[in-house]
Amino acid sequence: MSADVVEQALALSRADGCLVIVRETRRVDLRWAGNSLTTNGADASRSVTVISVVGEAVGVRSASGLDDVEALVRSSEDAAREAQPAEDAGPLVEGGADADFEAPAPPVAPDVLSTFAADLGDRFGAARGDGLRLYGYATHDVTTTWLGSSTGLRRRHSAPTGYVELTGKDGRPGGSSWVGQSTRDWLDVDVDGLDAELRRRLAWGARTVDLPGGRYETLLPPSAVADLMISAYWRMSGRDAAEGRSVFSRAGGRTRVGERLGPAGLRVWSDPRDPLLVTTPFAVTTSSSSVTSVFDNGLDLPATDWVRDGELVALLETRATARGRSAPVTPYVHNLAMDAGGTATTDEMVAGTDRGLLLTCLWYIREVDPQTLLVTGLTRDGVYLVEGGEVVGAVNNFRFNDSPVDLLSRVTEVGRSERALPREMSDYFTWSRMPTLRVPDFHMSSVSQAS
Amino acid sequence: MPRALDPAFRALPLDACSDAALQAARDVGATHADVRIERHLGQDLSLRDGALESRHDAVSAGLAVRVVVDGTWGFASSSTVSEQEAVRLARQAVQVARTARPLNAEPVELADEPVHAGEVWLSAYDVDPFDVPVADKTELLGGWSRDLLASPDVQHVDAVLQQVLECKHYADSAGTRTRQQRVRVQPRVTATHVGADGRFETMRTNAPPAGRGWEYLTGTGWDWEAELARLPERLAGKAAARSVEPGRYDLVLDPTNLWLTIHESVGHATELDRALGYEAAYAGTSFATLDRLGSLRYGSALMHVTGDRTAPHGLSTVGFDDEGVAAQSWDLVRDGVLVGYQLDRRMARQNAAALGTAPASARSNGCAFADSPSHVPLQRMPNVSLQPDPDGPGTEALIAGVERGIYVVGDKSWSIDMQRYNFQFTGQRFYEIRSGRLVGQLRDVAYQATTTDFWGSLDALGGPSTYLLGGAFNCGKGQPGQIAPVSHGCPAALFRGVSVLNTTAEAGR
Repeated sequence: MSADVVEQALALSRADGCLVIVRETRRVDLRWAGNSLTTNGADASRSVTVISVVGEAVGVRSASGLDDVEALVRSSEDAAREAQPAEDAGPLVEGGADADFEAPAPPVAPDVLSTFAADLGDRFGAARGDGLRLYGYATHDVTTTWLGSSTGLRRRHSAPTGYVELTGKDGRPGGSSWVGQSTRDWLDVDVDGLDAELRRRLAWGARTVDLPGGRYETLLPPSAVADLMISAYWRMSGRDAAEGRSVFSRAGGRTRVGERLGPAGLRVWSDPRDPLLVTTPFAVTTSSSSVTSVFDNGLDLPATDWVRDGELVALLETRATARGRSAPVTPYVHNLAMDAGGTATTDEMVAGTDRGLLLTCLWYIREVDPQTLLVTGLTRDGVYLVEGGEVVGAVNNFRFNDSPVDLLSRVTEVGRSERALPREMSDYFTWSRMPTLRVPDFHMSSVSQAS
Repeated sequence: MPRALDPAFRALPLDACSDAALQAARDVGATHADVRIERHLGQDLSLRDGALESRHDAVSAGLAVRVVVDGTWGFASSSTVSEQEAVRLARQAVQVARTARPLNAEPVELADEPVHAGEVWLSAYDVDPFDVPVADKTELLGGWSRDLLASPDVQHVDAVLQQVLECKHYADSAGTRTRQQRVRVQPRVTATHVGADGRFETMRTNAPPAGRGWEYLTGTGWDWEAELARLPERLAGKAAARSVEPGRYDLVLDPTNLWLTIHESVGHATELDRALGYEAAYAGTSFATLDRLGSLRYGSALMHVTGDRTAPHGLSTVGFDDEGVAAQSWDLVRDGVLVGYQLDRRMARQNAAALGTAPASARSNGCAFADSPSHVPLQRMPNVSLQPDPDGPGTEALIAGVERGIYVVGDKSWSIDMQRYNFQFTGQRFYEIRSGRLVGQLRDVAYQATTTDFWGSLDALGGPSTYLLGGAFNCGKGQPGQIAPVSHGCPAALFRGVSVLNTTAEAGR
């Protein structure tokens, strides 16, 4: 029982303070290419982290696959005794016990993917008959986290996370498309529906149009917006901004909090209790950085607005970084949402477009210039030309160079917010809710020959 | 201290677990089974402005069983290392294979490989970093940081050190049984200049991660003192530099920059699993498709690129891969033409004809790797290296041959498309070249090209004196995502007429 491991480690501790984090993960996955399975697997793992505090120094030691809890506790204490006082040292979080703290990790049903797999097999058959090739990945895991402290805190959280990605290729230039969906229980995954959407998009490629690089009116769908906004979220360190080394910095040791970034009504926020995006509602970290502090472990994570009514209202602050600058404590939450009250679906935004590009998703996004948060990346698996309110053909891929912070100020329409799977970040950041954005001048730097 | 297998790894029930798993797999119908038992030690240190901000020590162990049943893979893994768990995993892997069988249209067959029974291999290092007191490490990194902070041009210093000790036991149903141990370290120091006008610039050390021990930080394999001593002056020069005029330039790429371009545009492009479409839904495919083997003009005739898992201190260097195949080296691009791929046992057998061999004599070149027992082995990158011109010049002579150009040092931002055509890279430092001489730094530089155009513009290679083994700890691939350490050797090289962007202009400012 993992809760027992927490109690055992805390009982063994001789440090001034102690935190114990136990994580159990059960995962199953399927992967396929060219209408055939390629890899699959089932994994079960448990890790234990002991964080010992001696004076103002801290030692962190993690282990998986090992049973000697006392050795782990002692080595963590030794590390703390070797260390200098930590800059983020502070009192450990206090609190009570979650009612389900002693509950075991819920199992992953061995057949959780079986209905999906059967449906997928049917789509393989249909694809072969139609000259299509399907590629993709389905994964389902349940991670349960227990956190206990010498100050009496006992927290537990468990949530399933699954997602499926399906790519279809028809062999024509530009004949590639993608759909992706996150899920908790696979009951909402409609394989036939995903396949139908792929086929609708592949049909748009019956006509192909070559376009050069340049600035285009562009509809960024929720998946693309999620990837771009996560790139910005991960750079929202309040400390870095105050030190003058971030896109959120202003000269003179100030930050851009209070500055308008986007259109009126735009809200960007994180909420671990959002029913669509449930994630761990308390801080869990094994290392300190500009946006995390091991001393904050167990801290309750409230819903936090980062952008409200278009204005930047908060940056990421631990208790330690906030203390140093009299800023509010606004810890990192592992989900992200954006909304501006828009009601238009992506199809409706296409219908309202005279001439522009509709993207499917983005890929290989990397920071180029931290001063502006210029990022580069590629369009992937479907760029479509919209004319007169209709998709009229598939366009070549592009390399883009643009800033997710700067483009917020150029947005001219925000669509309906919906749960979105970030194509590039899905491995690490599954839960987001994003709208489609209309950007009048998204910067396609050059053409990519990839198709 | 002589190198030896980690005692804690040797104390695990390695043979008992792998014997139990292999027998259990046979008993329930597997035609092939392999077992990995691994133990990894990791320590990450992070210093901010000379003070330790984070230290995290981690140890992990686990057991993985992979089987072939009725021509279909099955895989199961656990962080519990015991005979009982090994038997359970073998049965679970067989069950996974049977569940997946209806989805599999291509029966799994593996290339035959020689059996290696009882082999032990250790990587080349002098001092196990886990034998060094943390206080010594923080004192060294803290001293470097404080020296940099003494400069008025440096406002912040971030120093990190990652260290890994990786032990692996492999056994398969054909009789191969190997044990190996690898050590690697990645030290990095980044200095930040914050100007009064609100502009900021960073500059990072160019020392590559290496398959070495603690000795790498104390003078073996890299001159830290020399690099750190010049960092403030170079950072100040970058902060004050003129913004580049976009256009076409001749580029002299230092090996500290070129290694990453090789990684993205040649390393990933010559992975056969990508060329076959196995990664089409994630990492992508490759323009270097199998039908172009032996005919694809990859670049200029100067281009000779090898794959190897044998280079001393290489991050992908092993004794045996994760399918029990002995480490080796081979050509990927010779005289500018695609001549080889990175293979595992299944792909070698499945594509024998296209690779120019009969199925019965097909052989892997040893590129199977899994980053942990939790993950199935994939075809991962060996050390992919551009060979120097044996009689080639030094970097200064390459620069002397350029009328108008840029000398690019160090890696920074990188991105390439899904078929490895269109790429964009930046760097740590950019020196303007006029009439064969460096005339000062530039900033806001990125170069962008199509892979075959870029390699076609290769006009000169530096000699062996310019050769350096660069690399990365964290090459990503596969679903579930895996990381792999890999090195890339290369000389300095001259490329003609490459498109250079101004990143500030790209941002619309």
